Amino acid sequence: MEDIIQKTSKEEIKPPVVSVGVIGWIKANLFNGWFNSALTIVTLFFLWETVLPFFRWAFIDSVWNTTGQVCRDAGGACWSVISSNFRFILFGFYPYDLQWRPLLAMIILFVLLFFSQNRKLWKKPLAYAWIAGLFIMGLLLRGGLFGLDPVESTQWGGLPLTLLLSVFGLTAAYPLGVVLALGRQSKMRAVKTLCIVYIELIRGVPLISLLFMSSIIFPLLLPEGVTINKILRAQVAIILFTAAYIAEVVRGGLQGMSRGQYEAAESIGLNYYQTMRLVILPQALKIVIPPTVSQLISAFKDTSLVVIIALYDLLKTTQTVLSNPEWMGFSREAYVFVGILYFLGCFSMSNYSRKLEKELSRGN
Amino acid sequence: MDTESSVTTEQTLSDEAIIEIIDMHKWFGDFHVLQGINLTVHKQERIVICGPSGSGKSTLIRCINRLEEHQRGRIVVDGIELTNNIKNIEKVRTEVGMVFQHFNLFPHLSIIENLTLGPIWVRKVPKKEAEETAMYYLEKVHIAEQARKYPGQLSGGQQQRVAIARSLCMNPKVMLFDEPTSALDPEMIKEVLDVMIELAREGMTMIVVSHEMGFAKSVAHRVLFMDFGQIVEGNTPHEFFENPQHDRTKLFLSQILH
Amino acid sequence: MVGLLGYYLVSNTLHNLEKQSIATGFGFIHQESSFEIGESLIDYSAASSYGRALIVGALNTLYVSFIGIFITVTLGTFMGVARLSTNWLVSRLAAIYIEVMQNIPVLLQLFFWYAIFYETLPSPRHALHPIAGVFLCNRGVAFTVPKTHPAHAYMAIAFLAGCIIVYLVRRWSKKRQERTGQLFPVFRVSVGILLGLPLLTWWMAGAPTELNMPKLVGFNFIGGLNLSPEFIALLLGLVLYTAAFVAEAVRAGIQSVSKGQTEAAMSLGLRPPTVLNLVILPQALRVIIPPLTSQMLNLTKNSSLAVAIGFPDFVSVANTTINQTGQAVEGVALIMLVYLFFSLLTSAFMNWYNKKMALVER
Repeated sequence: MEDIIQKTSKEEIKPPVVSVGVIGWIKANLFNGWFNSALTIVTLFFLWETVLPFFRWAFIDSVWNTTGQVCRDAGGACWSVISSNFRFILFGFYPYDLQWRPLLAMIILFVLLFFSQNRKLWKKPLAYAWIAGLFIMGLLLRGGLFGLDPVESTQWGGLPLTLLLSVFGLTAAYPLGVVLALGRQSKMRAVKTLCIVYIELIRGVPLISLLFMSSIIFPLLLPEGVTINKILRAQVAIILFTAAYIAEVVRGGLQGMSRGQYEAAESIGLNYYQTMRLVILPQALKIVIPPTVSQLISAFKDTSLVVIIALYDLLKTTQTVLSNPEWMGFSREAYVFVGILYFLGCFSMSNYSRKLEKELSRGN
Repeated sequence: MDTESSVTTEQTLSDEAIIEIIDMHKWFGDFHVLQGINLTVHKQERIVICGPSGSGKSTLIRCINRLEEHQRGRIVVDGIELTNNIKNIEKVRTEVGMVFQHFNLFPHLSIIENLTLGPIWVRKVPKKEAEETAMYYLEKVHIAEQARKYPGQLSGGQQQRVAIARSLCMNPKVMLFDEPTSALDPEMIKEVLDVMIELAREGMTMIVVSHEMGFAKSVAHRVLFMDFGQIVEGNTPHEFFENPQHDRTKLFLSQILH
Repeated sequence: MVGLLGYYLVSNTLHNLEKQSIATGFGFIHQESSFEIGESLIDYSAASSYGRALIVGALNTLYVSFIGIFITVTLGTFMGVARLSTNWLVSRLAAIYIEVMQNIPVLLQLFFWYAIFYETLPSPRHALHPIAGVFLCNRGVAFTVPKTHPAHAYMAIAFLAGCIIVYLVRRWSKKRQERTGQLFPVFRVSVGILLGLPLLTWWMAGAPTELNMPKLVGFNFIGGLNLSPEFIALLLGLVLYTAAFVAEAVRAGIQSVSKGQTEAAMSLGLRPPTVLNLVILPQALRVIIPPLTSQMLNLTKNSSLAVAIGFPDFVSVANTTINQTGQAVEGVALIMLVYLFFSLLTSAFMNWYNKKMALVER
């Protein structure tokens, strides 16, 4: 047989220059083949034409911290519309000197969220912390106890209101959604039908119709003299809406459970509630954490719709500022700012969700 | 470990080379995955390549049908040189068949549709003729009764046999096997190896990356050992297993042939 | 127990409605609406009935949804493929687009685009003129379109005829391939027919080239195709938002097809276009179509936000009706029924599609 034994050469042969290093990267990623090269050139041109003028408008020519008149005279972006109205945009009609309270409430929320990121901390103490935290947040906003001046809910607004609607929305919608999902699987015909009708009905209609329903129709459902405040009405609509979507998400998790789990629980002698509480739900809910976070992101975005029923969330406070003659005409800047806030919130949540998905699929 | 009748390897192989690899180098970025490969494969020759994972054996055979691109050196298959010339690449691919570790059958097509896809769209064969060829090869791999089924309905061993038949329908001159039995449950390995042995008996040129040493012993003309991107050693099966020359080869053999 | 609760609620409602002397029932549909609607596809005036107004609204919703879906699917597919491009610049830009658009509420995007119109764009007198025949101003966008000519009807017929011919050609070429193995350039011929027949008809009708150009008359543009700021803002906002989700669905679908499939197909000697058509797309579409359908439904539901920027869609018209007649229960019920109808239709389609396309497994 011919000898094909390799003599291990001592000198290290380098790969061709055009395939490594910065040049290699550029060639491989931007200019491999004539089509990609043409694409790169066209794209760079497009960026030059659009992004550059944008930067000039947004930063170089921009005006910060001045009055509306100065802004109008200047040519660039008027960020003063934000800086001068910062407190109103963020807090709405909440009494000026008491605004430390919603601020504190938001800080508590962010701290809780921060700690909830780490899955190792998902134990009883965290749950209690959340319950206590939510209670304190409500207290801070409402006042009336512990020497805090009471603040009517009609004055709540801005970012705290948006966060309130989202957080309480999801917190209440979650158990409701789980119950609906279980009900949908029930063997009792009436329960099953009721749940299916509810879920399909709510999922088939736009949120706006539910908001209309809650703000206009709920008062009609109640006996004379009983009123619910506006925020509560919107909150209920958001809860009902989100619950239906959570129900579908949970259903996906329940369907992923193998029969073997049910059978094992039965053979130990657990009844229905115990089986669900101790065996099935812990597993099913864990599987669907990523789509659940996705729902939270949607709920956060959907709170912006309360603008249509005239609740002073973050979007509405911004619009109120823009209706002020001094600041009229700077919608772009204002909306870009609010857009950035929403983006930061949603993006960090979706990043977290992706990270979680990776962790969970690795099976730890 | 089929020793009932090992395919004769003493017959003189034709001197005609069907694959020539000359001083071939390949890098993945900075990683020198194939370092100066020199290999000549003759018509009807059967080669088994073994070695630790990461040694570049899969990459080597994937370069032969241009699933991977080499940066230096030459590869010539059946007189056609592998360069960036697309026509040449396509010609080579019709002459070289490949069987993958994970079968890669097309799940949305039936078994017979999997087999007729290539002949109909590449060799422009009429449907009836393509189906006849397909049934012929399905008979050969003993799976003709599953022709109308779908890959999802077959076991791993069955799928791999279909994959072999699919490559054969293109009438290749060379068959490449990339760890064909590594993804199979133990009881299904034999059925696939049997098919490969029959193929060998009929004189197909085969390059097989595998750890199935029994197969190598009974069917291969040469066994090559690769490590760190180089062909360290190559010899007849008998010499290879009885008298390994290099320490690395000895180490590897001791690890897999306990 | 549920029944008792229901009874209690209904009786309260009726009592309250009576107190406020609000009618019940759907009789209001025949009453005169006495409000104007800014844009309508059919004839409508303040003297028309509420019923007609609602139909106008529904037609507007369908109109915006259809056009929106068409553009969204195109843009979304393009972005999804761009996201997978080997060109780093293109792939990154697509990723930025997808991330940004997905994470900003659609309502905010609608407001933003609407504000661009009435704040940033100039008045008709100083309208922007980006390309010949197109005018951008704060009253909307005016396009130059070919002047209506009988030839257009014939061209449409020619196009339809072309579709039928293309279908027949494809059938014939498939049979021929099965018989003889020869390939027929179906794609090129189809394009030729679909473009050529209408073109031929146009030429035979005397090649009419008259254009209907928008002209500035007083404070407005008359002539040409005029699209209102409300319509464009709604369309832009909906399309840019939903396309980001469609892009993700397309990307996920293409990536769901394992690399091994492409490799196996290439090793058989198949050319890239054939690999795409016969191996990758069939598998990718199975994964793409369900989320795509639900995004199309989302777009239709989100079009209800038109009420916030003054485009007269169904919800907008229903809202005005509710405000005028006070019959909130019937109004909201109508809104829900209409959208429920769309949703159930879409669900039924998805179920049918999934059953038909399910991969056969043991």
